[in-house]
Amino acid sequence: MTVLVLADHDGASINQPTRSAIAAAGKLGDVHLLVIGPEAVAQAGAKIAGVAKVLHAATEHLLAEPAAALIQSLAGNYTHLLAPGSALGKNVMPRVAALLDVQPISDISGIVDADTFVRPIYAGNALATVQSSDAKKVITVRAASFDPAAPEGGSAPIEPAQPAADPGVSSFVGAEIVKSERPELTAARVVVSGGRAIGSAENFKILDGIADKLGAAVGASRAAVDAGYAPNDLQVGQTGKIVAPELYMAFGISGAIQHLAGMKDSKVIVAINKDEEAPIFQVADYGLVGDIFKLIPEIEAELNK
Amino acid sequence: MKLLVPVKRVVDYNVKVRVKPDGTGVETANVKMSMNPFDEIAVEEAVRLKEKGIATEIVAVSIGPSQAQEQIRTALAMGADRGILVETADTVEPIAVAKLLKAIVEKEGPQVVILGKQAIDDDMNATGQMLAALLGWGQGTFASKVEIADGAANVTREVDGGLETVRLKLPAIVTTDLRLNEPRYASLPNIMKARKKPIETIKPADLGVDTTPRLKVIKVEEPPKRQAGVKVASAAELVSKLRNEAKVI
Repeated sequence: MTVLVLADHDGASINQPTRSAIAAAGKLGDVHLLVIGPEAVAQAGAKIAGVAKVLHAATEHLLAEPAAALIQSLAGNYTHLLAPGSALGKNVMPRVAALLDVQPISDISGIVDADTFVRPIYAGNALATVQSSDAKKVITVRAASFDPAAPEGGSAPIEPAQPAADPGVSSFVGAEIVKSERPELTAARVVVSGGRAIGSAENFKILDGIADKLGAAVGASRAAVDAGYAPNDLQVGQTGKIVAPELYMAFGISGAIQHLAGMKDSKVIVAINKDEEAPIFQVADYGLVGDIFKLIPEIEAELNK
Repeated sequence: MKLLVPVKRVVDYNVKVRVKPDGTGVETANVKMSMNPFDEIAVEEAVRLKEKGIATEIVAVSIGPSQAQEQIRTALAMGADRGILVETADTVEPIAVAKLLKAIVEKEGPQVVILGKQAIDDDMNATGQMLAALLGWGQGTFASKVEIADGAANVTREVDGGLETVRLKLPAIVTTDLRLNEPRYASLPNIMKARKKPIETIKPADLGVDTTPRLKVIKVEEPPKRQAGVKVASAAELVSKLRNEAKVI
């Protein structure tokens, strides 16, 4: 079996969720990586451990309509078509599936066999094991559930892929990508998150000290995002990003089901909340009851010791 | 311009779902059901487009059991003009939903179909993209802003790390993200008025679509539970535990 993985990238490097999808694909068969974008990204893809071949289609922007048409044109050579469950994978892969008359299998967290997969449903409150009867499987992969393939160690050949005709129904207008010194949420070793108790957008900066000290990404609960304290791309939860860092620190987050769905696979969870009944404590390895505005500076001071 | 808005009947987002003891699914009997929250945002966006004079008619469609009429009524009370229920008691996967919607689109001729980005029951996040593919239309998924003018839609999308704007030739598909708008509550007079708005009921077979599932559910189970840990007394103890016990910092 040969598996095609669609690479998600920022125009220069391939992100960690893609390497998790490559790791998942490696459990199914030989892995070919499709890079739609600049040559430098294809070269980065060729180095990833476990990639047997890179297919490279040089385009400036990665729009769903031509990308899906391209993947459809390549699909004949593959039993499984995978992508990370990132905004890109979620946008493109269902479109590919419909073009191939396949029911996609979204956000898999486990592989049972070539036809059978585990995926969370109901915001992660249940796990469904499903067996697909489709001839080809179109899949997005929950990055947090698979250890990523190593970024170095491979030396795959790069072959050009002929872009399919652009259906011409969409065009790229612009993007506002937030530049951050911090690691990306889904790839960070430590995530420091704030909830509604933070109280304002201005107050959100209170987390910066701990985040800087630990080299952490900053996250937020949906309540904090809805209240306008933090931008939506920081949202951790079923409706935001799914993270599974080594250490997740939740400050002033009560632990709504939908938030827990986004972080409960973290290795170590710390919860700091003034309400000792908050549900977050039921999943926390270490809980500290108290006022976050008093405790955050104290923790920062301890970290500096 | 006509708009089509599909709405799904799902377990209310406030309900803590329970896995059935026999592992065949989750308990949905005697559980509060509501319109999928992302679909409410879709209805709201359609109503706003009508209030701005861009849209002239909003058709709400649901695919589900006869009780899904309730969700269509909610959409009608929010401001949709009429409803279509594709009645079926079976599980209908996104591929079949997309095919049913395609048949309805071909009959109704909307310029834009606005869908929720995902349903909070199966969390597939697929139907809008699949409908776009089947129709050969452009797709603006995970929208946080939609502007329609001059035969095109400019859709600002929530992507990893920020926002991206795409321009779609109409007709087109839009799927909604959380920040697109805040759905209104239907007023009592509008709820009363909605009772008089028409709902047409049809069957999947009337649209010539085979809804046989492609995915067989082998089992549904509870996720592994995390053990609750320990409470620490101070910031110093916390940092010490993280350093020496958990060894993560």
